[in-house]
Amino acid sequence: MIDDLEKRFREIAPDVDYCSLRYQEESGESVTVRQNILQPVGDHSDAGAMITVAHAGGLGYAATSDLTTSGLAEAARRAKAWAERSAGQAVADFSKLPHSDAQGEYETVVERPWTTTSLEDRIGLVRASAEQLKSDDRIVDWYARVGFTDGESLYVNNHGARIHQRFHYVVPVMAATANQGAETQTRTLGGYGNGRQGGLEILDQIGFQTEASRLASEAIELLSAPDCPEGTLDVVLAPDQMILQIHESVGHAIELDRILGDERNYAGTSFVTLDMFGNYRYGSDLLNITFDPTVASQMASYGFDDEGTAAKKEYIIKDGILLKPLGGATSQGRAGIAGVANARACSWNRPPIDRMANLNLEPGTSTMEDMIGAVENGVFMATNCSWSIDDSRNKFQFGCEYGRRIENGELKGLVRKNNYRGVSATFWRSLKMVGTPDTLEVMGTPNCGKGEPNQMVRVGHATPACLFENVEVFGGA
Amino acid sequence: MQTYFNGLADHLTSQLQGEEVYTCSFYGEDSDFVRFNQGQVRQAGSVVQRAIGVDLILGQRHAGGSVTLSGDGAEDKGRLTKLVGRLREKLPHLPEDPHLLYATDVQSSERHGENKLPAADDSLGQIRSAAGDKDLVGIYAAGALGSGFANSLGQRNWYDTWSYNFDWSFYHQADKAVKTAYAGMDWDEAAFLRKVELASKQLEALKREPVTISPDGYRVYLAPAAVYDMVGMLSWGGFGLKAHKTRQTPLLKLLSGDAALADSLTIRENTVEGVAPNFQGSGFIRPDAVTLLDGGKLADCLVSPRSAKEFGVPTNGASAGESPESIDVSAGDVPTEEAITRLDKGVYVGNVHYLNYSDRSACRTTGMTRFATFWVEDGEIRAPLNVMRFDETMYRVLGENLVGLTAEREMILDSNTYFGRSTNSGRMPGALVEDFTFTL
Repeated sequence: MIDDLEKRFREIAPDVDYCSLRYQEESGESVTVRQNILQPVGDHSDAGAMITVAHAGGLGYAATSDLTTSGLAEAARRAKAWAERSAGQAVADFSKLPHSDAQGEYETVVERPWTTTSLEDRIGLVRASAEQLKSDDRIVDWYARVGFTDGESLYVNNHGARIHQRFHYVVPVMAATANQGAETQTRTLGGYGNGRQGGLEILDQIGFQTEASRLASEAIELLSAPDCPEGTLDVVLAPDQMILQIHESVGHAIELDRILGDERNYAGTSFVTLDMFGNYRYGSDLLNITFDPTVASQMASYGFDDEGTAAKKEYIIKDGILLKPLGGATSQGRAGIAGVANARACSWNRPPIDRMANLNLEPGTSTMEDMIGAVENGVFMATNCSWSIDDSRNKFQFGCEYGRRIENGELKGLVRKNNYRGVSATFWRSLKMVGTPDTLEVMGTPNCGKGEPNQMVRVGHATPACLFENVEVFGGA
Repeated sequence: MQTYFNGLADHLTSQLQGEEVYTCSFYGEDSDFVRFNQGQVRQAGSVVQRAIGVDLILGQRHAGGSVTLSGDGAEDKGRLTKLVGRLREKLPHLPEDPHLLYATDVQSSERHGENKLPAADDSLGQIRSAAGDKDLVGIYAAGALGSGFANSLGQRNWYDTWSYNFDWSFYHQADKAVKTAYAGMDWDEAAFLRKVELASKQLEALKREPVTISPDGYRVYLAPAAVYDMVGMLSWGGFGLKAHKTRQTPLLKLLSGDAALADSLTIRENTVEGVAPNFQGSGFIRPDAVTLLDGGKLADCLVSPRSAKEFGVPTNGASAGESPESIDVSAGDVPTEEAITRLDKGVYVGNVHYLNYSDRSACRTTGMTRFATFWVEDGEIRAPLNVMRFDETMYRVLGENLVGLTAEREMILDSNTYFGRSTNSGRMPGALVEDFTFTL
């Protein structure tokens, strides 16, 4: 199929400044067991291609699921028409922007492919975890789910690029909901943040078969726990909360297309401006953020982005100083600033825009014991359940499913409805301790929304636990 | 598109063996998307896509799958043959599904739109001309949408429309902007220019020196777009039967009698006056309207076929997510033209942003003000307001602190384009609210 598509593209590519074909195919299965009943098993298969043309300074695209030579030719005709229509009224001269000539391949490393097991085995595996969640009459709803997706992509253009990549994703989710009177509490296995690339080995690594009873017990305990205290306290954030903190108040803020204004009508703008790169103190000296699409099992690892740029690990923030934006080749050309290989599309039917991919917080030197021990009065919070931030990515508020009081350097009792708020521009400067590699978790989600037309993409975040001081925390209504 | 879909449905029927039954849902679009930034074109293109989901049923066992279609009948029939074969292989390996429910009373229907869309060059030209030297950012999405349902019992439902949704903002600087939309089926240049003129006037007000207020309680006027987003948040579990029965609804305190909403608040799923199809994925036809809240009291829930089976009640044609698609909030008695006068002193909130629950059991919601939000004194807009975070329970906003709803309502057509162009809509009044809590 891949070779045929390339051949068809060479046949139909119009004589223009730039023309590319980006083919993307995904297929997979989703197995959900809710209240011990197997839900309809999802079986999806999706394939199509986008032809992009830059000509006379304009840019146009056309997406089609008709992959015949005539179907691709029609898409090329439409893409060229859009390029001609936008010529002279585009935000940049797209013909003059650099175009990839890269060639290469990438494939996810998989130890145990899901396709080597039977459907019954996969159902059994999910059912076994789901059944452990119903540990008490107060558990009123519960489910476990694993989604498996295999993807394949081809990028070729008229400048010599040819990139072929294969991806294998696993997204496990698990939740137990407890109720008593007018109070309901839910515990999940890392929220929706346990997606990774790989095979069934991922389920072992995240405890899919072993964590269900703990989650159910915690949901029940939370029903009678006191609310999170209110005040300015120190907080230790677990990795399954840190990923949201990084995602919302670092990742989106430094996306170059937001800074260039593309997203202002939808996802928003940014408090970060182009003049800040290279000198702006984003956080304390302990803050080191990397763009790293090379982590083997991470959700958004790849060899090349969707504009054909080779991907590599790069420091975005080093020792607290903001160095680079998250911007792909097109945005870099428009802004005149170096970025990273992060122009990505969610599927064949959407054009690439600047996305986060894997954005990681590098581990530090403090053990979990060090961090808890350093807190006189504070809260340990885990597992994001609420997220909100302003359109400049500054004023945020997050909530966590699970909390424990920290008093005089010791973990104390459970607290619920754990909320905190702050301002990105100052919050990261209160980063006091960064956890050692043994507190680090590699996480990821399939649900990052952005773009017009809208796109939902996979992103990854690997992070240790961290300690922040003087944070405004509070509980429920 | 309908003829093509019917051909696929007939082909599926021909593929069945023995007692097998199928249901299928089709989605297709031919869409143009033109994205603008600073009044210039950022990305322009078109998307042609068709997909079908098939559920192959044998007794209480069933296997579902979806596949992208090429648009070529012969090619796609081949894809469906393979899909049905794959699903048939799965059936013996799946247990019986006690919550399987699909329509068995054949209720076919058709709802056709008419293509009155302007040529892309015309609409693009009008937009560029209207933008002038203003900093316009946003997206023009337009084209044909088709949606269908079929089953082997002979039911055929079809919906198609040709629509546009130009969702845009005029920016002054930084985060100070006016957001508006011009959406519908019949592009009218004069109506579009009136929208542009109104937004231009608001843009002038945004050029005044902005003010920052301290976190506290303020009297506010929530414009219809802000109410739409707040009610949209409430729709996240607020009106579905499963969320109610499993005690996960944010309206838990209303359900248990521990909290109340305003007597003046009535919310309906108003399918007949919306723009979404009136059929759903298992073939059930939606009633013209379902009353969700009646005078502040819980009325009916949205009931999907699976919930109907699980909880032993009839379905009312809700989709699996049990969220409203054509939501309608009743009008009040505050004339819109008097809203700012009656606000007197406080905050005019044009739009809100990024809502989420800060205490779901208590229906407490946090979010941000966005776009055209102003400080008002003596019944007049004084200055744009720097963005503020709010954190409030809906029992106060739409309950004890609700001063009134506007007498006029706006029809808001959802501009969401995840996976495909949305057909959701809302008919919304504005709301005057006392002591609305800003926290940051």
